[in-house]
Amino acid sequence: MIKKILRKSSLPALAFVLCMTVFASAAYAAGAKVPPPQQHWPHKGVMGTYDLAALQRGYQVYREACASCHSIRLLSYRNLQDIGFTEDEVRAIASDYFVMDGPNDEGDMFERVAVPSDRFVSPFENDAQARYANNGALPLDLSLIVKARYGGEDYIYALLTGYAEPPEDVEIPDGMYWNRYYSGHQIAMAPPLMDGQIAYSSGRSASVEEAARDVTQFLAWASEPHLQQRKQIGVKVLFFLLVFAVLAYAAKRRIWADVH
Amino acid sequence: MAASKQKKSGFQNPVIRWIDDRLPIFTMMDKEYGAYPTPKNFNYFWNFGAIAMVMLVLMIVTGVFLAMSYTPHTSMAFDSVERIMRDVNYGWMLRYLHMNGAHFFFIAVYIHIFRGLYYGSYKRPRELLWILGVLIFLLMMATAFMGYSLPWSQMSGWGVTVITNLFSAIPFFGDAIVTWLWGGPSVGNPTLNRFFALHYLLPFVIVGVVFLHVWALHVSGSGNPSGVEPKTKKDTVPFHPYYTIKDTFGLTVFMFVYMAVVFFAPLALSHADHFQPFDPLVTPEQIVPEWYFLPFYAILRAFTMDIVFPFTGWITDGGIVFTAKLQGVIAMFGAIIVLFFLPWLDKSPVRSARYRPAYRWCNYLLVVAMVLLGYAGAQPAEGTMLWIARGATAYYFAHFLVLIPLLSRYEKTLPLPKSINEAVLKDKEEAQ
Repeated sequence: MIKKILRKSSLPALAFVLCMTVFASAAYAAGAKVPPPQQHWPHKGVMGTYDLAALQRGYQVYREACASCHSIRLLSYRNLQDIGFTEDEVRAIASDYFVMDGPNDEGDMFERVAVPSDRFVSPFENDAQARYANNGALPLDLSLIVKARYGGEDYIYALLTGYAEPPEDVEIPDGMYWNRYYSGHQIAMAPPLMDGQIAYSSGRSASVEEAARDVTQFLAWASEPHLQQRKQIGVKVLFFLLVFAVLAYAAKRRIWADVH
Repeated sequence: MAASKQKKSGFQNPVIRWIDDRLPIFTMMDKEYGAYPTPKNFNYFWNFGAIAMVMLVLMIVTGVFLAMSYTPHTSMAFDSVERIMRDVNYGWMLRYLHMNGAHFFFIAVYIHIFRGLYYGSYKRPRELLWILGVLIFLLMMATAFMGYSLPWSQMSGWGVTVITNLFSAIPFFGDAIVTWLWGGPSVGNPTLNRFFALHYLLPFVIVGVVFLHVWALHVSGSGNPSGVEPKTKKDTVPFHPYYTIKDTFGLTVFMFVYMAVVFFAPLALSHADHFQPFDPLVTPEQIVPEWYFLPFYAILRAFTMDIVFPFTGWITDGGIVFTAKLQGVIAMFGAIIVLFFLPWLDKSPVRSARYRPAYRWCNYLLVVAMVLLGYAGAQPAEGTMLWIARGATAYYFAHFLVLIPLLSRYEKTLPLPKSINEAVLKDKEEAQ
């Protein structure tokens, strides 16, 4: 029996599986330079879910340490309700920002307070202004940053914690910084986090690692807000297919019984 | 009255009978998918035609709904896709089904093509069936390429730039053709617009060619693993219920793998650069096509040496040059064109590789060459990788243009079973 199966199909089938694996790994090998160390993330894995408390702390880190340069333009304030902020809290958060609206009945543009349905207000009017304020470097939009980097969460965390003094033989120009995990090691972003810079509502202040871990999780959520719903539906879909495959196989055996 | 009685469709339901007397669609379905005599010895490789058909329908259905929320404009396309991912109800599911559906459609079709190569499904009288299949493969590649451009990400924009630029290798008219493809002096909004229009059109062209493909199949009848044509009723079973149920089982297993990827690893086969908006001023570190293009991409890049025709200096400055780029483009398209001629390159009267030991090993080598090409296609074309790509390219063409014609003349084939029934019985004996 085994011999028959082997002869009939398994060699070519194996070849195809090999084929797929090689392609997938080759595609991945194409990206990173210094591979970021692998971290444990609660939302990874088959049944992993977001840690809402971490996401809320991460939002605070984003607002206090990142938002003055980095936009996150694809999120709306109302989305924050998905990570556990109440409607009133979201309204209060939005009201800290102003958006340009209009034209009004008289044809004039006017500024108003942001509401939960508004997108996150960007720190700069446009890329040119952003570059002008940052020595010519453009602070990236962070809406998709975790999906837009090889290594994902691990890379973002590694980058945020990867600042160090440059090796002795490396000359870093003014306004640039040395980072172990950045491609080429020379990055225009100043170290964004410092120990004790962010005071969590629990009264404790965060270390660089804690803040980096929380903000990375917040950014992962911003990149993939429907992750939990996706996995929940996925379990049902796979369960259905499994049961259906067993039934289909039993029916197949029965129908073919008189031929075999 | 007499005429309708003569037709005498055996349907009990009066509505079905009324329709069938005027348009015998039910009779046709019964003949082609009910009674259709099918060799009884299919293995699971024969599932992939039906699987590919289901994937085509699934791609069209998800695609139509995606198109309802997509905006084909360079300044809005990326955000409209993100709106689908974030705000459209179950939009993330539609998109993940569609983008991974492309991968799994190609997986199914590559296995289907391999099946055809291994069991000699392209041979007389199925030459046209095979040619229509290669045509579907070509159309799929065009459709997938254009679909990949629609999110207007870094990978989209640069992929379009690289691939459309291939046409600039054509002598004399190259640059004009590229400008014509782009609809302007660079990759821009007209390019995106026409790609969207064609990405919506081509799947329906594929449906048309698939219809012809299936029609041709039902004229010549299905091949089978023994390669011997059915002779008596003992060799075949009716398509329904025997193969409807077997296809259902195979499809369910395929769907399980596909859905596992969609719901638990939807980005396993995509690139990080696909999640940044296209910026014509910033080239990604490496432009890598989707995996299903990689073997052909490696063939394209295996050619790196310009050839100057001697003594042509008097025609143009520096002589007439056969550029490396043009060589690569010809080889890349040639790699698919050669498949069209396969029925006439392989003259061996034995279809199945089961009874062709040498051909069987050549076939495995072809798979190895494709895997190597795929791997090389994802790496920078330099050093050892380049030589691996060159070697595998050489094998690919030698396989079709040298080995197959030689084998069909000199190969010592194994004795064929007298009938499908006999082959099945012999297999059963061996298994016990």
